[in-house]
Amino acid sequence: MARSEIRLSGSGGQGMITAGIILAMAASVFEGKKAIQSQSYGPEARGGASKAEVIISDDDIYYPKVMNPDVVVALTQEAADKYCKDLKDTGLLIVDNLMVKKAPEGKFKVIGLDIIVTAAEKVGKAMVANVVTLGALNALCDFVDHSTLEKAVLSRVPRGTEELNKKALAAGAELAKAAK
Amino acid sequence: MAYDYSKYLRAGKIPHIWCPGCGYGIIMKSLIRAIDATGIDKDDIVLTSGIGCASRLPGYMDFNTLHTTHGRSLAFATGVKVANPKLKVIALGGDGDMTAIGGNHFIHACRRNIDITCFVFNNYIYGMTGGQYSPTTPKNSKATTAPYGNADNQFDIAQLAIGAGATFVARTTTYHAVPMEKLIKQALDHKGFSVVEIMAGCPTGYGRKNKQGSPANMILWQKENAVPANKAKEMSEEEMAGKFAIGVLHEVQKAEYVEAYDAQVGLK
Amino acid sequence: MAREIRFLQGNEAVCEGALYAGCRFYAGYPITPSTEIAEGLSASLPKVGGRFIQMEDELAAMAATIGGSIAGKKSMTATSGPGMSLKMENLGYGYLTEIPCVIVNVMRGGPSTGLPTGPGQSDVMQAKWGTHGDHPAIVLTPSTVQEQLNETVRAFNLAEKYRMPVILLTDEIIGHMREAIEIPEPGELEVIDRKRPTCDPKDYKPYKPEADLVPPMADFGSGYRYHITGLNHAEDGFPSNNGKMAQADEIRQENKVMHHYDDIVKVEEFECADAEIIVFAYGSSARSAKEAVIKAREEGVKVGLFRPLTLWPFPEKHLEKYVGKTKKFIVPELNLGMIKLEVDRVVKGQAEVVGINKIDSDPITPVEIMDEIRRSK
Repeated sequence: MARSEIRLSGSGGQGMITAGIILAMAASVFEGKKAIQSQSYGPEARGGASKAEVIISDDDIYYPKVMNPDVVVALTQEAADKYCKDLKDTGLLIVDNLMVKKAPEGKFKVIGLDIIVTAAEKVGKAMVANVVTLGALNALCDFVDHSTLEKAVLSRVPRGTEELNKKALAAGAELAKAAK
Repeated sequence: MAYDYSKYLRAGKIPHIWCPGCGYGIIMKSLIRAIDATGIDKDDIVLTSGIGCASRLPGYMDFNTLHTTHGRSLAFATGVKVANPKLKVIALGGDGDMTAIGGNHFIHACRRNIDITCFVFNNYIYGMTGGQYSPTTPKNSKATTAPYGNADNQFDIAQLAIGAGATFVARTTTYHAVPMEKLIKQALDHKGFSVVEIMAGCPTGYGRKNKQGSPANMILWQKENAVPANKAKEMSEEEMAGKFAIGVLHEVQKAEYVEAYDAQVGLK
Repeated sequence: MAREIRFLQGNEAVCEGALYAGCRFYAGYPITPSTEIAEGLSASLPKVGGRFIQMEDELAAMAATIGGSIAGKKSMTATSGPGMSLKMENLGYGYLTEIPCVIVNVMRGGPSTGLPTGPGQSDVMQAKWGTHGDHPAIVLTPSTVQEQLNETVRAFNLAEKYRMPVILLTDEIIGHMREAIEIPEPGELEVIDRKRPTCDPKDYKPYKPEADLVPPMADFGSGYRYHITGLNHAEDGFPSNNGKMAQADEIRQENKVMHHYDDIVKVEEFECADAEIIVFAYGSSARSAKEAVIKAREEGVKVGLFRPLTLWPFPEKHLEKYVGKTKKFIVPELNLGMIKLEVDRVVKGQAEVVGINKIDSDPITPVEIMDEIRRSK
């Protein structure tokens, strides 16, 4: 893998930035690859379109921003409309089936997943949608080992929520397998 | 026997810069006697000031002295105190220094109740720059920047301090040199943020323009218009018009800032 | 023993660097995009016996930082654009009175409130010339999260060694991006403490320099009672109106930095030896520049990267080596051409100097730099 550019987007407060941090951390701290996480943000603390960007590479990464993403995840319609304009033609757009009614058109591949519904109903907590996202994204793109990702998740989540988050990560991976 | 001030004065730094008739020399002497009475070691005392006539005082005193920027005496003092709470920190400045350009630092130091003793020398005017009106210049008074008379309302420094949360607030004048010494001592002994507003005449910058007569007359004006705090409480607003209360105006016990911080964060 | 690897944000790495360097007092005021530094140290300072205070404004934060240092603690504050403008008054006080402390400026767009959440590099001249009067300046510009830590340590060391405020001038991109970094072991990086006097207190002159032009500094409360003033002063610390003496003292302060250029100035010279084109870049823009230089080299272009980690004093001695050899200097920066003026000054017309300038809250991309490199062929 030379260089992968990933953009995780949704609305502020959905945990996309945390998801980006966990993915980059899994790749760099736990697997020794190079990774950078960055974000851009506006004045709002909650709501509004929000994105986190991750670059994973075998080589040193200098320019820290995503130029043309290989993968975009969008958990809201606004994010989908706003953040996949520069997605590579060969890239992948992952959208949430509930929130994104109309996926933007392009040459890229689109996969719709029940991320939010799975988090809320199958795992039991809407809050873990970001971890479900991570599980699905990684199962589809194979950035890091599932076990590494789980380690990274567990190192960042509040104590007492470990089982819930493990379940969320596994549920995300299941979603992806079904969609493959 | 006359009191020997030399123990606390820096050799060779007198004469001071203050004009003949200025009240600040009286304050300095009262301050020295009060500090002497506390018995605190000179090495442990930090005296900070801002900019202005009053703020030149630390240069004459044999302590750890910090002559800072205009209005910032309390902000520097806060850094010193939080970094080393064992030090006895005294911050002083004039009315313009402490309540105009330094007004924000003043109210927040009051609010924190940090253990700093603050002296505000109130002479109604910016003296060092030549007599411009300050937040305490009385309405209608003349100043070099109020040639038609001052349109501004006055700050009551003591009330400002009480309102902002200082736990010891007193007022005195240069006429009351001996009671001043006792009040300063009380302020120094108080744990928490203490403020003493000290009324002092500025014959050069304020008196001349406002027909206050000689420096001696200006001091007599203080005597005539000062009302002891307990008596002032009994008087009506009309009776107090043009007069001001002196003595301890406010005294409460409240958790001191650095101690409260240390307890909050678990510092021993 | 293997060093601990942690995945940190640039601003968090500044906190780690400060703690490593022995910072025990922080006074700050919240401002985007530097706030994570205040948040981090409010949590970690008490754990090492230090204290944090959130002051009423930026002026007070700078004043308290200097006060904390005078009381003997290594002290720091952090801010961004508008806050840096407010800090200038007391920063000047810190220079004149020679008080060691570290000021972090996480640059954003400006002037005024500007673009608060976007990056900028428009404070590079303010960092040198922002406060009134003549004074030396030491300003460090990290480009990676690892450097955010290491250069913070170096900022404290230089502040302590040369008895003066030192600015860590970073930007929103480096401050907010996250990378895996190695936390140095205790003792691995040098940590310098200020020279304190050893003489009899009655002989102490707080501004009497030693051979290195730096006067030893006593903590308030350590038995050396002395006077500090923002007025020009004699060696004994007391104000003086003697203009000749004031001038000599200011020149001595300038020299205490310039005579130690080799100790203070740090530069990365990447592929510069045979370079016909040199990209002069610092901070976040240097990351884009490095990528562009590597790609251009792959295309066979003789191009190098000159990256100052010390922006002030300006690394002119390092840069002069290439004057007369290099045909073109490209200076990408997130301002309308500030440090380019310094490059121009050193190059003295002996090569083309071209700026790539943006103030639209977007970083300069490697492609934009590549385009300029290609234009040179």
